[in-house]
Amino acid sequence: MKAGVLIRPLAGALALALVASPALTATIEVTIDKLVFTPASIEAKVGDTIEWVNKDAFAHTATEKGRWEVMIPPKSKGRITLKKAEAVDYFCRFHPNMKGHLDVGP
Amino acid sequence: MSMKHTAALAALLLVSATPFARAADKPTDPQIAHIAYTAGVIDVEAAKLAIEKSKTKDVVDFANDMVRDHEAVNVQALDLVKKLKVTPEDNATSQALSKAAQEERAKLAKLEGAAFDKAYVANEVAYHKQVNGALETLLIPSAENGELKTLLETGLKIFQGHQQHAEHVAGMLK
Ligand SMILES: [Cu+2]
Repeated sequence: MKAGVLIRPLAGALALALVASPALTATIEVTIDKLVFTPASIEAKVGDTIEWVNKDAFAHTATEKGRWEVMIPPKSKGRITLKKAEAVDYFCRFHPNMKGHLDVGP
Repeated sequence: MSMKHTAALAALLLVSATPFARAADKPTDPQIAHIAYTAGVIDVEAAKLAIEKSKTKDVVDFANDMVRDHEAVNVQALDLVKKLKVTPEDNATSQALSKAAQEERAKLAKLEGAAFDKAYVANEVAYHKQVNGALETLLIPSAENGELKTLLETGLKIFQGHQQHAEHVAGMLK
């Protein structure tokens, strides 16, 4: 398609503008119930926010070893805004058997 | 005696070194509730000793995590027995667990510094492993009430998590 070819050089700049606009970013919810992250694997984009909703009476964390940690108190929420396109394996530091995955696209 | 019975007896003798051996007869729900509650109390008591004695941040943090989680599980357990109108029933397994724990605490109380840290964390790994085994093979399969079973299954995940957490702390102490 001809128009597509013409537009392509602009696409990068446009994508950046879209990411910068908070209205177009999403908040993706991950539920924690009985020590399980659901969904266990999430696809998201840079600028999106992941919100963990903890239904347990236990404190949990979402931790990527040595990089970041979100505290998620009992019956409460924790959130992080994604800044980098990457694949991330995270876990709960208190219960390392709790595991989750984020696929962050640009 | 048939082969089958001999095998069953041999299996019993093999596990008889652990406090859970006496529960070879399937425990009832009131007994299971008592055992699970006791197992939590024991870990809280060990943790309180560690909070008092240890000067290592990783060990004290871990111990605080144990107190917080096991107290939370036990609040849920008490709420459930109240709701089900079940009175937890003391039994030989609970008593054997408490006795073994008392002996372990007496041993730990005599240790100081790095020796204490190491022994406490090693015991946490071993203790959680033992309770996990009992939950998986005896307590969860024996539980009649569905809600009790669900709570025990959550307890198993907590204990498995703590075992891994304790193994991680043990690795840091080396
Ligand atoms: Cu957790």
